[in-house]
Amino acid sequence: MNGNIIELSGLTKTYGTLTAVDHLNLRIKKGEVFGLLGPNGAGKSTTIMMMLGLTEPDSGSVEVCGFDAVTNQIEVKRKVGYLPDEVGFYENRSGFENLLYTAQLNRIPLITARERARQLLKQVGLEKEGHKNAGTYSRGMRQRLGLADVLIKNPEVIILDEPTLGIDPRGVREFLLLIVQLSRREGITVLLSSHHLHQVQQICDRVGIFVAGKLLAEGDMATLSEKLFTGEPFVIEAGVNMVQIQAGESGNGIISGSRLQEALQQVAGVSSIQFTNGIFRLGSSVDATAAIARTVVESGFDLIYLQKKEYGLDDIYNRYFERSEEHEQIAQQHPVAERP
Amino acid sequence: MNKLLNSIRLLKDRRVLINSAAFSGYLRGLSAKEEAAPHPFRVMVSKEMSDHVRSWRFIILLALILLTCFSSLYTSLSSIGTAVKANDPNGSFFFLKLFTLSDGTLPSFTVFIGFLGPLLGISMGFDAVNAELNGGTLTRILAQPIHRDYLLNAKFTAALMLIGTLFFCLSFLVTGLGLIIIGVPPTADEFLRIIFFTILNILYVAFWLNLSILFSVRFRQAATSALTSIAVWLFFTVFYQIIINLIGSMLISPDASPYEKFNYQELIRNLLTFSPSRLYGDASTTLLLPSVRSLGPLTLEKVVGTIPGPLPAGQSLLLVWPQLTGLIAATVLCFALSYYSFMKKEIRSH
Repeated sequence: MNGNIIELSGLTKTYGTLTAVDHLNLRIKKGEVFGLLGPNGAGKSTTIMMMLGLTEPDSGSVEVCGFDAVTNQIEVKRKVGYLPDEVGFYENRSGFENLLYTAQLNRIPLITARERARQLLKQVGLEKEGHKNAGTYSRGMRQRLGLADVLIKNPEVIILDEPTLGIDPRGVREFLLLIVQLSRREGITVLLSSHHLHQVQQICDRVGIFVAGKLLAEGDMATLSEKLFTGEPFVIEAGVNMVQIQAGESGNGIISGSRLQEALQQVAGVSSIQFTNGIFRLGSSVDATAAIARTVVESGFDLIYLQKKEYGLDDIYNRYFERSEEHEQIAQQHPVAERP
Repeated sequence: MNKLLNSIRLLKDRRVLINSAAFSGYLRGLSAKEEAAPHPFRVMVSKEMSDHVRSWRFIILLALILLTCFSSLYTSLSSIGTAVKANDPNGSFFFLKLFTLSDGTLPSFTVFIGFLGPLLGISMGFDAVNAELNGGTLTRILAQPIHRDYLLNAKFTAALMLIGTLFFCLSFLVTGLGLIIIGVPPTADEFLRIIFFTILNILYVAFWLNLSILFSVRFRQAATSALTSIAVWLFFTVFYQIIINLIGSMLISPDASPYEKFNYQELIRNLLTFSPSRLYGDASTTLLLPSVRSLGPLTLEKVVGTIPGPLPAGQSLLLVWPQLTGLIAATVLCFALSYYSFMKKEIRSH
């Protein structure tokens, strides 16, 4: 298994003329939180369905927990908990009964199942509502019950398809926190699909960007931004006391503002400097935050503001998305150009 | 109602607890944890059954069937005294008259079942798969370690078990009440016929159940599948016979030879047997009226020398064997089609 709990290789699925998933290769290590990020209709759900053996791939192979998802889907489904994007429960049954049913389908003896269901309801904060009919649950409650439903079988991997869709921001934070805690505490591998960049950024160890059936890039946030923003993956903003700079310039002070700029230029890795309203914006190839702070202070200025700006998924995502759109445009223009 | 259900649930829970407490010691002896838990398929079947029993539509149809059953029993009982005539070949089958007799105000038991049975079957199956699909429960359940066909099989098995229990109860209820009221016990032959008739009822309802399950797999909206099932049912019970008879009367010219007429009759009869309700009607009449010797036209050569008399149960069964086979085949065909399309189905809810 060489540490990979999920291995997809050359996975392809087409619906008619539409290629939903196109030769996808993906490896996910045991215990990590992986975010599958992509716009709607990118093929995320199809990929997940194929991991569970619920949809048959046209070609390629899926291996989850060492089992082939096509030929041995029962074993895969025994180890994987799946929370679909629009999770539903039997509405005339209580949340507790719904959990018991899932537990029994997993061949958990009734006594153990009751205990676990109670414990899990407590864990996801549905103690009081556990015996109400699931039909009365709100979206957020359903999602939390869904998480309990996934966990009741003691999974090694949990796959969450758009788990935060339709929950309010506070609910989202709690929900994501819950997932991360669980993953860390019990060593569960988590695969999370989403089109919400910030949420994925908050909790995922690694991210894969998935557009039009292809994995454009994967890696942790730093790697991704390094790949993308070659040369200047780090931007550091340093604010200096304006009064000092003006005083230095007018009164022929010890060091003037321009000299500070020169000093900053000398810092290893810094490749560009912009200065506006007392804030230096320094582009750098390495993380030079500490060196910059030292230079400012040693030059006799007051450092009043310092921020290391990392590229968020927003930027990464946009960058990739722009690129893939460019490709598409080129591809579209090409046949037109050939036509006489 | 809710309170009642709650207390029932409480009772059930307690019983389960006691049972499991008693069993757990013995099961621990069996060591394996797996053995303590029932097979997922059994869990699914029992869940489906309890779903049906709790659903309003089943309760309403059950009430309707019970009501009609008792009212038809009442009419047959009130006219049974005058029904037996001196040289009636069915005279010795006094007991079976409970099922077929009517005083003209209300149809008999068989007619009622022939009418309400399909409705029962359709109501139990029309939203079997699409309700789960639309409710988002299908993906969740299929992501559990079970085979995909378990879901369909469990739905079919659960409904069939319920229908079976229901019809055996009904038949035995009618038999028992009749026994008490008229005081004449059924003969072994009559009892056999009642059992066969019950099995025929179950088969007939199972056909409509499977048809509606098929539509529930094919159509996304529960309403569409319900209406389609009812349309098919109406077509076969009402319009099909009208259409075939119309065609028949157009084909047979008044001055055709008797031989030609006979052939046309045969053709029309064969065409009519495509209708499940016709199959059911033929089979139930033959099973409950022992004097019926043939379902088609009889030529003079066939009748010559026969003494009008009842057939033994085995012979009646032999006579309706094609009808029974036809019903079973239609049921199996519907199930096979729904199985096939369910296994190929994309199970995503959007």
